[in-house]
Amino acid sequence: MNTRVSGGIKPKHQRLVLIVIALVALIGAGLLAAYALSNQASYFYVPADLVKNPPEQGRAIRLGGMVEKGSLKTRSDGVTIDFVVGDGKARVPVRFTGITPDLFVEGSGVVAEGRMEKQTFVADNLLAKHDENYVPRQMGDMTPEQAKQVVAETK
Amino acid sequence: MIAEIGLAVLWMAAALALLQLFAGFSALRPGGAVLAGIVRPLAVIQGLLVGISFVCLITLFLETDLSVKLVAANSHSMKPFIFKLAGTWGNHEGSMLLWITVMAMSGGVVALVEKRLREDTLLATLAGQAFVSLGFYAFLLLSSNPFERLPEPAPEGQGLNPLLQDVGLAFHPPTLYVGYVGLSVAFSFAIGALITRDVGPSFARAMRPWVLGAWIFLTVGITAGSYWAYYTLGWGGWWFWDPVENASLMPWLAATALLHSSSVLASRNALRAWTVMLGVIAFSMSMVGTFLVRSGILTSVHAFAVDPERGSFILALLAIYIGGALALFGIRASTVTEGERFSLFSREASLVFNNVMLCGILGIVLLGTLYPLMTEAFGAKVSVGPPYFNPVSAIFAIPMMLMMGVGPLLRWRKDRPSRITATVAIPALIVALVLLGVVVLFPSARLLPMLGIAVGIGLAIGSWLPLRGRNLRRTPLAVWGMVLAHCGIGVALFGAASESAFSVERLAAMNIGDTQSVGPIALKLEAMEPVAGPNWTAIEATISASYKGGPPVTLHPQARTFSSPPGERTESALHTRWNGQLYAVLGDEGDDGRWQMRFWWKPFVPLLWLGGLLVAFGGLLALLGRVAEDVKRVRLLDKIAFRKAQQDMLK
Repeated sequence: MNTRVSGGIKPKHQRLVLIVIALVALIGAGLLAAYALSNQASYFYVPADLVKNPPEQGRAIRLGGMVEKGSLKTRSDGVTIDFVVGDGKARVPVRFTGITPDLFVEGSGVVAEGRMEKQTFVADNLLAKHDENYVPRQMGDMTPEQAKQVVAETK
Repeated sequence: MIAEIGLAVLWMAAALALLQLFAGFSALRPGGAVLAGIVRPLAVIQGLLVGISFVCLITLFLETDLSVKLVAANSHSMKPFIFKLAGTWGNHEGSMLLWITVMAMSGGVVALVEKRLREDTLLATLAGQAFVSLGFYAFLLLSSNPFERLPEPAPEGQGLNPLLQDVGLAFHPPTLYVGYVGLSVAFSFAIGALITRDVGPSFARAMRPWVLGAWIFLTVGITAGSYWAYYTLGWGGWWFWDPVENASLMPWLAATALLHSSSVLASRNALRAWTVMLGVIAFSMSMVGTFLVRSGILTSVHAFAVDPERGSFILALLAIYIGGALALFGIRASTVTEGERFSLFSREASLVFNNVMLCGILGIVLLGTLYPLMTEAFGAKVSVGPPYFNPVSAIFAIPMMLMMGVGPLLRWRKDRPSRITATVAIPALIVALVLLGVVVLFPSARLLPMLGIAVGIGLAIGSWLPLRGRNLRRTPLAVWGMVLAHCGIGVALFGAASESAFSVERLAAMNIGDTQSVGPIALKLEAMEPVAGPNWTAIEATISASYKGGPPVTLHPQARTFSSPPGERTESALHTRWNGQLYAVLGDEGDDGRWQMRFWWKPFVPLLWLGGLLVAFGGLLALLGRVAEDVKRVRLLDKIAFRKAQQDMLK
């Protein structure tokens, strides 16, 4: 009876077949994920790295640093802003079209998501710190020696 | 006084959990039967005690007792009632107490109502439950005591983060926690069944309502969280693939797989080891989720204050429970005998396919979430976002959703393809036609949203086919539940795909009296006025919006400023129509006096959350159906036993 039910596969092996199918699918998922991750992960840069080893144009990256005081300018359309992100060693001009996050001000830390277009970083999204206790993790790593310089310069 | 009572009761509950663990295990040994009788009462009392402790904490928050450290750090006397209440679990310690409360109370409920399971399996289950909760008691009492007093009462509380002051906070975390913890009950059942070598249909039947219940809560929690993020963050997005969102998605995926495999085990006695394994994985995922949220190890909008000590504590718990469970599984897996067989073309096989696909998605989300941690160990900082998650998970999700149209039509055990070809042709044709239509009409749309729209519509319609040829009045509730839940997935997919394919955005700087348009909607900025709430002040815009020249409606987006603690938050305004949603955000005032405004027109986006609720409602119907069946079965068995006893008496 079992042979009839299992549709061609020897009954002894059904459990094995299930395990093999599951393993193949999971390993397939793992390989696919590994391949896609190596292509799609967006790397985090601070301005110094960005200037030293510029990423290819148009690749999705994140840029983190301090918004330089006095660099923030709004264009005539009223919604596009230009500002400069610096880390004390290098400066990168950034363009962003949209409404800035609630805690985005000059002199504060920011992480911008976007891509390099020529020498300008075009941001799709700005992540400012969410509350006074929260510092983006990457920014946390930038401290203490870099941040000290940065803060000193932007004050 | 209340704080001391709460703490004392919590310690007592922890002691009872220890006793429950000891009594449960010794009752399983030969000669330990003496202790068997006290395990159930212990579980019930433990649940009650923790409940009292949680009520104590709520009372402290409602009274704003500022001599308690947690209240002083997270509450404020001027806060509205609902946020005082929700503030109880809007912080680390309170949310862990909520976790343990739900856990102990569900343990109590298991002890009270579970009658189908073999008594020794139930004892092992309750012992397992006590073992899991002990870790959390230790965590709570040793490293995050919610009842700690301040040496001097604070003059005023520090208040709640403005981003969290939203009705969403009252519902979103508790629902997710109930879901996470419900999976811990499933985990305990799996452990219990492994220990007493009782992996079979009765174990699956006992576990299934808990998995269903947890799954319903997870579904509601994720849906609510997604809507909350959508309207509160002002980015117009509904899913960010944020690590903490992923942390709630992963247990949901595992619970969905577990739900389906436990159905196979309950009705067909197949997929035994597989179901136990999924029970372990599902709870592991909720532990991983808790770890990611609570340790602050990943950058996330949910990261509260980061505390490495707590992170390592949860990591240790994770290692103990999951490592222990996997070791137990490794030792006992060979004793789990193979279940009933089935053909490659049967409902069981389609459910196996669905399970494997769900696990594939789970693996992809897990790897994507942890990848930044792994690379950081090698010094490279990366972030993983939608360009990875969307296409890669779709590779598994789309075949799974296509299978959802086929699987429920198949018979158990063995079926002929020719029997269902004609039925399946209907949704298949719909998918093909919709796909063709979208490609022709909107050639600029991207591939994934196009596929999503076609598969979503096909699934939303095809999911009703299992009702064909049934007497609708006699169709069991569980079947209705399945149909509605599958339909909900299709509806949600359609809403999501439509949002990503057809959303239009308009960003503008406007003076009062200026007009703009977004998609089919004409907009006019009427006025800007200051308004005030209980603990905030705001600038409020008045915007009139008219759809294709129809009667105008008024929207009031705000930019709020909170005083305690100081903070700002944009309050977006939404206008919902049957065919979409208008989303308006107020930005800053420019140097020239114009106001930044951002508008979106998002066709059919509400279907996304309606679909999610439909899925949960389907789950609820199935749960009611199962419980009613179980009650009936128990009554019948009682009756049979009673008759038998009477006959014996007569003899």
